[in-house]
Amino acid sequence: MAQRARPLSPFLHYRWQYTNTLSILHRITGVLLSLGFLVLVYWLAAAAGGPGRYARALEVLGSSPVQLLLFGAAFAFCYHLLNGIRHLFFDAGYGFEPATARKSAYATAAGAVVLALLVWFAVRAGTGGAA
Amino acid sequence: MSLRSPLRIVAGLGSARGGSGHWYAQRVSAVALALLGLWLVIALASLGGASHARVVAWLSSPVSSALAVLLVLAAAWHALLGLQVVIEDYVSDKGSRAAILFAVKFALAVAAVVGVMAVLRIAFGAAA
Repeated sequence: MAQRARPLSPFLHYRWQYTNTLSILHRITGVLLSLGFLVLVYWLAAAAGGPGRYARALEVLGSSPVQLLLFGAAFAFCYHLLNGIRHLFFDAGYGFEPATARKSAYATAAGAVVLALLVWFAVRAGTGGAA
Repeated sequence: MSLRSPLRIVAGLGSARGGSGHWYAQRVSAVALALLGLWLVIALASLGGASHARVVAWLSSPVSSALAVLLVLAAAWHALLGLQVVIEDYVSDKGSRAAILFAVKFALAVAAVVGVMAVLRIAFGAAA
């Protein structure tokens, strides 16, 4: 029997809007944080390897390109944390009304930027600039 | 806690052959990571310098080393669950999907063990 033309998958003709922006950002930041986890392990392993190895690791972590990536990781952490909490409320059945969901979306996006700057400067201050 | 319906248990196979366990584990590790992640940020912010001696002193305390081990395990677990969903969504070829999942699981297992061993070495005073 010949195949009839089937309807296309919905994502092919949905309008781009804030909901899917937050959703894909959650995935992207999640993947980035998986790489950030490897950096955390690298830092811990260097510390366990003694002062010499640790000093070399700090040089790597303190270099400008890595610092930029680490700031990205700080933002990813804050965004994934806030949007994750938002999703836990969704899981519990709260916040689905369009007005509420929109408000929590903008609060998450703005909060992530503010929190990322706070975390970045607090950690830099606490680690003497070699975050 | 089991979120499987009685029918699912009896029939043995749902349309996806599973999923509620994955979903639930993702939430458990998410809440653990939210708390442990905030702990790490606060700990780093109050470290008072990133010198080797400072880091070793910090991770030598029983509470810090225990929380650091938990953080490494929860992060590896949550990363595995999350990356698995992403890979299953975007890699449709069964062979590549299995191979990539295999590699990711191996990499995360290695990272988790290296992280835990590092914290333990420091905690037991072998990193001085």
